[in-house]
Amino acid sequence: MIDRHSEIALPKRELKRELRRKTRRDFLIAGLATAGAIGGYKWVTSARPENDAPWPERRVLNFDGKLARGYLSDSHLMPTYSRSEVGYLKPNGDIGVEDPIDEETWRLRVVTGKGSPMFNLRLSDIQALPRTEMITRFCCIEGWSTIAYWGGVRFSDFTKKYFRPDLKLPDFVYMSTPGEDYYVGLDSKSAMHPQTLLAYERNGKPLEERHGAPLRLVIPVKYGIKNIKRIGTIQYTNTRPGDYWAEEGYDWFAGL
Amino acid sequence: MIWSGFLIYWAYPIYHAGPVRIVPNRLFEALHGDHRLADGMAMHFFFMWLFVVNGILYVGYTLVSGEWRLLVPRSLSAFRDAWYVALYDLHLRKEQPAQGKYNAAQQISYTAIVIMGMGSVVTGLAIYKPAQLAWLAALFGGYTGARLIHFLLTVGYVLFFVVHVAQVILAGWNNFRSMVIGFEVLDGPVAPGDVEAQGS
Repeated sequence: MIDRHSEIALPKRELKRELRRKTRRDFLIAGLATAGAIGGYKWVTSARPENDAPWPERRVLNFDGKLARGYLSDSHLMPTYSRSEVGYLKPNGDIGVEDPIDEETWRLRVVTGKGSPMFNLRLSDIQALPRTEMITRFCCIEGWSTIAYWGGVRFSDFTKKYFRPDLKLPDFVYMSTPGEDYYVGLDSKSAMHPQTLLAYERNGKPLEERHGAPLRLVIPVKYGIKNIKRIGTIQYTNTRPGDYWAEEGYDWFAGL
Repeated sequence: MIWSGFLIYWAYPIYHAGPVRIVPNRLFEALHGDHRLADGMAMHFFFMWLFVVNGILYVGYTLVSGEWRLLVPRSLSAFRDAWYVALYDLHLRKEQPAQGKYNAAQQISYTAIVIMGMGSVVTGLAIYKPAQLAWLAALFGGYTGARLIHFLLTVGYVLFFVVHVAQVILAGWNNFRSMVIGFEVLDGPVAPGDVEAQGS
């Protein structure tokens, strides 16, 4: 075999023939490889959409999500900050919260599963649970982020109180606005993360309406799109729930 | 990856060079890369696997074949030689520095691009999972720092690509053919030592 790095001397005619043969063969291979790459790219990006993403990309997104869920841990925390580092929080989405809310008549409906009790809670019921404060980074899927200061109850503390302890916790949690115009699906592992809050305060004051009063989800291990405002329903479920943005081409898991 | 990153960057294109936006809105519109964040993310997190597998195969091949010896600069004088190569290419210097298969500027570029690729993977992971891999993000100055480095590396690829393609065009057909077929035909007498296999 000829060594790759050697220089070899060949008679001119033989050399020319060999060169032409090699050039033809290798350019054909390179051409086919390039065409294959372009064809593969076109095929992937224009494949039949599944929830608004080409199905190969959707499957890989779901695979990425499963992988990330496996790595997810209660001890992997979003860094926390001091009060002086708190920044401006843009109230980005208003789907399902466009109309004014009457906090007196608002109730949180909690569905814990078939044959299990259902609750209609007032804000005072939620405020009666252990209060947690947290200053974490809020990451929008658009790419911006800010430091936000929240107060509320850990979702895990809330679950301890309202989900029957004798039952195994279902794999998923679904949350929606009162009219179900906006809804998110969460894996229970992320929902039970110690930094996941049902928040009713921001910057030490009652939550403003544009930030999701009276009660919103703050889940730093997910992008902002999962941090649903004005929660109307919380449902524990074993089937993977729908998700507003995941139906518009975004990743269902959307975990950080 | 650059294209899908471009689609993602559209949603928050904040980086400036002085008062000028590095990627202006007009560019997104001209390339139809606007309003496609979900599209870009789905693509990015699909093709990232190819990027990583390709990188591992490439680096693995250069290691196993011993090709890395020709690609990695062997001493600090490579930086001086690379400067001379640049001057020579710009017709500001007459003599070309002595070189092996690759000149010093190529060695530095081809080694740097691999390190940049690794940099893109780790900064990418840091902004992909800033909670699960908070320690990794912290290495790059946190979430925003990692995002900036990830962006700058991409600017680096674009510059590399422009120079690389320009150089290939300037170097001519024989060089381009050698990139594809793996060897080059040179005119001139052959010294006895040249015929022997080297480095095997």
